[in-house]
Amino acid sequence: MSLLTRRKQRDQLLHLTLKLSALVSIISLFAIILFLLVESWPMIESTAISQYFFAESWHPTNGEFLLLPMIVGSLLIMAGAMLLSIPIGIFTAILWQFYAPRWFSTLLERMVEVLSGIPSVVYGFWGIVVIVPLLAVYQAPGTSLLAGIIVLTLIVLPTITLVANSTFQQIDKHYIQNAIALGLSRFTIIRHVIFPQAKRGLLTGVILQAGRAIGETLAVLMVCGNVVQLPGSIFEPVRTLTSNIALEMAYAMDMHRSALFLSGLMLMLVVLSLVLISEKLKQQGNNL
Amino acid sequence: MNTSTTQAHLKAVPENYTAAPGVDKLPALINIENFSLSYDKQPVLESLSLPVYKNHINTLIGPSGCGKSSLLNSIIRLTDYHDNAKLEGSINIEGKNILETSTDLLSLRQNIGMVFQKPMPFPMSIRKNFELPLKEQGVKKRDELDSKIETALKDVGLWDEVSSRLDKSAVQLSGGQQQRLCIARALALQPKALLMDEPCSALDPIATKTIEELILKLKGKYTILIVTHNLSQAKRIADYVAFMWYHQGRGKMIEHNHADVIFNNPSNPTTLAYVQGLTE
Amino acid sequence: MIHLPSDHSLADRLLKFTSWFCGLLLFTFFIYLFFDIASRGFSHISFEFLTDPPISAGRAGGIAPMLVSTLLLLALCLLISLPIGIASAIYLAEYTNEQQWFARIIQTNLNVIAGVPSIVMGLFGYAFFVVALGLGFSIIAGSLTLACMILPLLIRNIENSLRNIPNEYRINATALGLSKFRTIFQILLPMAARGILLAVILSIGRAMAETAALLYTSGYVTRMPESILDSGRSLSVHIFDLSMNVPGGEQNAYSSAFTLIVMLLIINLITLGLSRTIHKRSV
Repeated sequence: MSLLTRRKQRDQLLHLTLKLSALVSIISLFAIILFLLVESWPMIESTAISQYFFAESWHPTNGEFLLLPMIVGSLLIMAGAMLLSIPIGIFTAILWQFYAPRWFSTLLERMVEVLSGIPSVVYGFWGIVVIVPLLAVYQAPGTSLLAGIIVLTLIVLPTITLVANSTFQQIDKHYIQNAIALGLSRFTIIRHVIFPQAKRGLLTGVILQAGRAIGETLAVLMVCGNVVQLPGSIFEPVRTLTSNIALEMAYAMDMHRSALFLSGLMLMLVVLSLVLISEKLKQQGNNL
Repeated sequence: MNTSTTQAHLKAVPENYTAAPGVDKLPALINIENFSLSYDKQPVLESLSLPVYKNHINTLIGPSGCGKSSLLNSIIRLTDYHDNAKLEGSINIEGKNILETSTDLLSLRQNIGMVFQKPMPFPMSIRKNFELPLKEQGVKKRDELDSKIETALKDVGLWDEVSSRLDKSAVQLSGGQQQRLCIARALALQPKALLMDEPCSALDPIATKTIEELILKLKGKYTILIVTHNLSQAKRIADYVAFMWYHQGRGKMIEHNHADVIFNNPSNPTTLAYVQGLTE
Repeated sequence: MIHLPSDHSLADRLLKFTSWFCGLLLFTFFIYLFFDIASRGFSHISFEFLTDPPISAGRAGGIAPMLVSTLLLLALCLLISLPIGIASAIYLAEYTNEQQWFARIIQTNLNVIAGVPSIVMGLFGYAFFVVALGLGFSIIAGSLTLACMILPLLIRNIENSLRNIPNEYRINATALGLSKFRTIFQILLPMAARGILLAVILSIGRAMAETAALLYTSGYVTRMPESILDSGRSLSVHIFDLSMNVPGGEQNAYSSAFTLIVMLLIINLITLGLSRTIHKRSV
């Protein structure tokens, strides 16, 4: 075989192999959705959607599948965590970029980088041993919606801060130089020059973290109390959709298991929409 | 010649002018015939014809943007990297039209070397920079590799400067040295022709002078097609000059002749205006 | 920090105050977290702790089986995902254009997989690897699930490293008649080496932090795994169990958490060191 043909064949083989590898990623997504669907199917077939919202309660053994409290629990925790972490994250990033001396900003930045890598189960654990008892002093039982919100905030806060920071850093310095040359002051520049430009990147980052917050399982499971109920106050225990799955999978059977899979599928769809929305936003940003 | 007349001449390109036919009966290593190129449905070159004479220094001059680089890229089919490049006509190298899909591109590029405006030695040792293309060509034995590297470096006058540091990174050389290295790297494959796309534009005047002397030395051993926007350079080194201009956004061949003729007595008024107006 | 001129207006001072407040809040909370875990965790660390099996559900004894399981999971996961990840990244960076529909579909796909909640991925892992493929609760099932999770991260980062290489190198390589194979393996990949290493480290960090996905795939038992078909409990799952299900397990949970964090820090430092050496050698 001549050198020519050997080279050509090698290149062709390479192309094929690489293409197949890339296809694995597509196949895996299909596989995931497929298996979730298959496992959820009994549930989808037999129960009407209204069950999830209007059944008596969550008693899978009795054939009752009220998912509403869990859905509300997930949403409340996510909303609470986002409400806390977005402003704190953004203001901290503003601090790093515009107000703090460099040594402090760098120190804090390194720290936050490390923090973003800490497993969420560690935050959950710390929540149990520190936060819950603290809350319990104020209002028993301690394991509550609020505890969940606080722990979840600790989990997403580092990443949001880093995202906010990098969004600010990516703004073209020329805009800022021009603003300074025009005699604008710090607050005006931050509010009217920097922030509008950073909005898009911030939004994308926030949406992705919201997806992560909804998907967080164990940390919230550890501190939320896991009672299936619509909470009357933030000091009452709740259960999230994700914790529900984690808790009950161990002993769930047949329809019960199917219901859990279905709730997992629903979560996936929510996350899917969030991802698509953030991609759309990014696309729009590129087209500007 | 006053500027307004120059401008007038520069604007007045006759509609259907075609280049003068091949001036000598010299053998042309590369024969470009009625070649047209378009990217994404936008025409870039129109019906270009050009013989590239063997073992001579053929230069391509013209204003920037008229497609000179695209022509060079087409010769070694770098255009294949564009999704929507359309090539028509023929580019014959030793009788074979390399525009055909059956052409083996790897061999084509080993036969026709190309050097670019920005010298880009690979970020590895000098030796490795040579070994990669040589090994691709099938050269395996250590002594063969070493001797080819030595010959190539000697051809470009770099041997004395780098022979003691062949295993050090090529990126640490100066700009002029890097460009000579890239030329040597292309020459190591013993190509039939060497295409050069504004090889001195990124270099300082002293490095430029060294490269020009090198090019003159290579004449006779290699067929050279060099694109340059520097007319003084063209005057210094060219044997044959092809002048391109753009017409309705496409590059066209206006005139092709001996360097003497083009610079002193061109037939086409545009050529005259360009050559004189810009070297004043 | 960007030096912007202050006008000492009320708005500016308010912003300054709020920013410092938030920053210090963040700072304090995390210092508290650090020191709490470090002090209570470190006090109990000993050679025995790292090499002994757990006793009485983990209240006492060590975490050796968990360490082994964690490392096994990690190693297998990398073994599976690295080849596919690098290959996919090479395909995306070197054979496709970001505008092509095919590339965009793959990208979106990867982004979606990256967003899948870990418990849902655990469900999939359970349904597919544990049940359908019959692997049972095992390290291999856990590794496969982990591989699915880190693949998008790996691919995205490696692809970026490759795309960041200036195109001129590719053009020069083509002009020299180098085959795609040689260009990729002998020019481009070495140039992207640092980025690839960093991507691997990021993925390791992510994998080690993973808990929910392992609950129903790699198993819950605390004994030392004897093969990859055996089930095993990772360190993160152990922390979970100790804090939730084992009264009195707090101390060991602290120490396990401390160990986990230290392992992550060590990996980070190793990478930083390695990436700096690679950088020096290539310049």
